[in-house]
Amino acid sequence: MSEVMTAPARTMNGTGKTVLEVRDISKSFGGVHAVRGVTFDVREGEILGLIGPNGSGKSTLFNCILGQLTPTTGEVRVGGASVTGLRPSQLNRLGIGRTFQLLQVFPQLTVRENLILAGQEHEGSRLKRLFGPRDAGLTANAERMIDFFRLGHLSDEKAGGLSYGQQKLLDCAMAFMAGPKLVLLDEPAGGVNLTMLGNLKERLQAINKETGATFVVIEHNMEFVMSLCTRIIVLAEGKVIAEGHPDTIRKDPKVIEAYLGH
Amino acid sequence: MSRTLKIALGVLLIAIFIVGPADLTGFGIPWTGLKRYGTYILTLWLVTAVAAMGVNLIVGYAGQETLAQAAFLGIGAFTTTLLQKAGLPFGLCFIASGLVCFLVGIILGFPALRVQKHYLAFVTLAFSVFVWLVIRNEEWLTGGVNGIQGIKRPVLFGISLRPALYYYWLVLTLTAVLTGMMWWLLRSPWGRAFTALRENSVRAESLGIDVRGYTLMAFAIGSGYGGFAGAMYAPLVEFIDPSPFALGASLQYLLMVVAGGAGSFVGPFVGAAVSVLLPEWLRFAEGFYLIIFALLVMLLMAFCPTGIVGLFERLTTKARRPHADDKGPTLGTGTGSTTVAGSKS
Repeated sequence: MSEVMTAPARTMNGTGKTVLEVRDISKSFGGVHAVRGVTFDVREGEILGLIGPNGSGKSTLFNCILGQLTPTTGEVRVGGASVTGLRPSQLNRLGIGRTFQLLQVFPQLTVRENLILAGQEHEGSRLKRLFGPRDAGLTANAERMIDFFRLGHLSDEKAGGLSYGQQKLLDCAMAFMAGPKLVLLDEPAGGVNLTMLGNLKERLQAINKETGATFVVIEHNMEFVMSLCTRIIVLAEGKVIAEGHPDTIRKDPKVIEAYLGH
Repeated sequence: MSRTLKIALGVLLIAIFIVGPADLTGFGIPWTGLKRYGTYILTLWLVTAVAAMGVNLIVGYAGQETLAQAAFLGIGAFTTTLLQKAGLPFGLCFIASGLVCFLVGIILGFPALRVQKHYLAFVTLAFSVFVWLVIRNEEWLTGGVNGIQGIKRPVLFGISLRPALYYYWLVLTLTAVLTGMMWWLLRSPWGRAFTALRENSVRAESLGIDVRGYTLMAFAIGSGYGGFAGAMYAPLVEFIDPSPFALGASLQYLLMVVAGGAGSFVGPFVGAAVSVLLPEWLRFAEGFYLIIFALLVMLLMAFCPTGIVGLFERLTTKARRPHADDKGPTLGTGTGSTTVAGSKS
């Protein structure tokens, strides 16, 4: 794996400097306040879980952080610099990757082409990409990523022909192709069978351990998120209601009430 | 489409373009080549295919909409004609036509950053009508409804290309260069980015692909191909007026791409053949030829929306796999869940 990701190794505890600062983010759609004054930091090397019942504003918050939506108020800072209002492509080039709640691979491209596509905009200038090699010099890196996510036997298959779980793995692999410093994963375990789920968790932990890549994970699968994350933030009705270690969150009465509704 | 089929179709087209007008009696083959009108039709096929290649880039690869290609053909044709009359050599006029359309195409691409699908189609439709009105009404520049007559075919290295066959070879050479350039573009990372725009622009943007930049480039390059086609069209017909650049013609370019096979490299050549050659072959039907033409196109679209190239692919797939599902080829890994080790569960 070390040859796939070249960033220096760090611990999983997230004791490094702050990678992402979310400051007082709110987002309203007409009279609906989807996110209300959310503030938190993400430290280098940690795996932060973002959980909450359906409609609690998790995906809206993700979209505000990643430039898909413009927050009504608040600021997002990456590496100390404000990135509020930047387009998703600009954020990606700053080293922020993401996956989506629903599968977002390119079905007409092969697995290898999907991965090359995911990394090509980080290689040289646009003019160089026009006159340079077709694979933008990324075939070897794509192959390593394919092997790492155990998709080796599917390199030349069109992504649209893969099973759901395999497409989820590919989706994750694409988010890591450009060697991002921060990856936001929106329900990576959704719809994935148990075998694939174990494989996905193991791969994410391996990347985190070996390269120190930082993750923020939205997830409904409690077993998955509690065993993967080092810290968890709980959202309910657009607000942060709890924050802490998974063991603390599991017993928090406010969290239990938010999920069970009593 | 399999690689072998692509190569076979490409070789067939090249053979038609090279052998069609050539006199092969010197090689002991009883083929004297096409006559003047046949050569003209073959040249028109090439010119039309170049314009359709531009539409294919915008619609078939980048997933945008355009109903303005005939307008770009018009801009290219009038640019070449006016510059030739001002004394510039054809080569410069040809490049200028492509460049002017490239720049205008960037401007036309801006609405695509805000609106999509049929809304975008209406924006390009309005542009098409605007250009046609300028060509028709600005008599001092374009000759208005009377057009411009006596457009000269170029002279190359002292050789006049006035004979239909000589001009054909020039158009074939230019088409080959433009086809090669398009092939290079689509094989480069840019081509992959265009495909990403078509398939999922939101995901493409999240992977660092500058959706705005690539959308503008698709429009600019596609429109530039319209300009190059126009530059070759004017000396071919030797007389231009507003009628070939009206909205109906733009619709026909879109039809060519869809009928040929949108997103297929050879699709524009096949689609242009439908538009240019089929009416000629249906001449025996006299007054009914347009009705038959329309019926054939409707049947094609109803039963094979992937176009003639898609139909060809389906037929050859069935021939190779007699029990193949009607839905076309499927991958073995596409059904059921598969473990990471590759064994199906």
